[in-house]
Amino acid sequence: MFLQQLLNGLTTGSVYALIALGYTMIYGILGLINFAQGEIYMFGAFVTVLLLATGQVNFVLAFIAGMGAAGVLGVVLERVAFRPLRGFHPLVPLISAIGASIFLQSLALLLFGPNDRPFPIQFTFSSVDVAGVPVSTLQMAILAAALGFMGLLVVFVRYTRYGKAIVACALDRDTARLMGINVDRMVALTFFIGSALSGAAGILMACYYNATYPRMGLLPGLKAFSAAILGGVGNIPGAILGGLFLGMAESLGAAYISSGYKDAIAFAILILVLLIRPQGILRGRGE
Amino acid sequence: MLTLKSVQAGYGRLPVLKGISLHVREGEVVTLIGGNGAGKSTTLRTISGLLRARKGEIEFTGHDLTRLAPERIVTLGLALVPEGRRVFRTLSVTANLELGAYHRKDKGQVRRDLEDLRQRFPILQSRAQQAAGTLSGGEQQILAISRALMARPRLLMLDEPSMGLAPRMVTQVYEILAELKESGTTILLVEQNARAALKVADRGYVLETGRIILDGAAAELREDPEVQRAYLGKGYREVWE
Repeated sequence: MFLQQLLNGLTTGSVYALIALGYTMIYGILGLINFAQGEIYMFGAFVTVLLLATGQVNFVLAFIAGMGAAGVLGVVLERVAFRPLRGFHPLVPLISAIGASIFLQSLALLLFGPNDRPFPIQFTFSSVDVAGVPVSTLQMAILAAALGFMGLLVVFVRYTRYGKAIVACALDRDTARLMGINVDRMVALTFFIGSALSGAAGILMACYYNATYPRMGLLPGLKAFSAAILGGVGNIPGAILGGLFLGMAESLGAAYISSGYKDAIAFAILILVLLIRPQGILRGRGE
Repeated sequence: MLTLKSVQAGYGRLPVLKGISLHVREGEVVTLIGGNGAGKSTTLRTISGLLRARKGEIEFTGHDLTRLAPERIVTLGLALVPEGRRVFRTLSVTANLELGAYHRKDKGQVRRDLEDLRQRFPILQSRAQQAAGTLSGGEQQILAISRALMARPRLLMLDEPSMGLAPRMVTQVYEILAELKESGTTILLVEQNARAALKVADRGYVLETGRIILDGAAAELREDPEVQRAYLGKGYREVWE
């Protein structure tokens, strides 16, 4: 029972972590919380589900297209909702982000209708025994995919030229420009990557819960935001740890306290972190 | 090589540079000295494009710099070692150096330049994977200068390289500048430490509240009674030497 819950928590936690990475990377480079992150997650899921529903596109291709579309949406959002507001008081882009979030939710409602859509392909997943615990292979696949994306991101940021340039912009924008780094281009790249990861998270969850709907991004978005704060916003390993921890806390809390408190746990953690350690577990931008 | 003609610049409504004219010829070491708030750093920020000139002309090897973004200006061969070093603290020493060569396309030569710098400053080798923020102030200054050199600049600008360093490190930084001068590097050096700057420079300008009030050969400026009184701190213990 305990191990089972822990694994459930780890699975949803890994998805929170993927979204939290988007929050944290964008905060790192712009000092801005993009509250439309949850809608980007929803958008990625819809693109994949609609493509799969046509029956013309295979799963891998639909997955990549969903991520790509989410990434492009992020870039467009930055261009129209955030870039024109640079240099304003930080509350202004925050309001713009909330506006973008409401807009995208309403747009999805208009385009796709309010009903849940099932995931168009049913994978035949079985249950395997791991140390006496029955584990669904779907869970394993989701966990593996989420961890794989995180690994790719860490390698990208640490070892590639563009990854280091993004960190340089997050640490010191002026000095980054003196190195010849085009900051606007790096901001766009950050939005693309962060949004594509959120899109991937949305697709994985659409598959896990077998439901895609316009408001699906709301709660995961807010929880991932809590995870990013918990890990120390602006910090990449922090977002991963924060997401995994939050998922597990939520799952164990639901099992041992009451399942009615499941959603409250994430926000109780958020409030506690803000009160006790506002800089998060791992502090600092540009990690 | 670099020519400024009646350049005006400032922050918000505050004018800082009230018409600066100066030039640097190829192979020269030129220093810009002056007190706090005279506009020395502002001059370098304006040349490098971080700050827009409101009026006047800035010309570098035939290019007009007043309309160019800093990320374009560095590709023309103008590198700045910023005030306070500004190394990328959480990135490794090697990553800092690689970012210095960010805009260069000649990857093979970049490798060789990195090796040359490591030979010259062993600290860059022994601390290669360490985060730049863990280095001492003097080591960070060496890293900041090396990072700028990785751009292979035709003109190297330094903003207060001795600021906040222990006297021993100031000596070392100025030895590096003397070596660079020896190897023919063109340098524009901004300093509050006028004594050190005038020793290494060929020519100098004295800046006061946004205007150039004096210029000439470094040797002449060193003997100028006004410069001696205001900037060389005659009568104070000599830190440099």
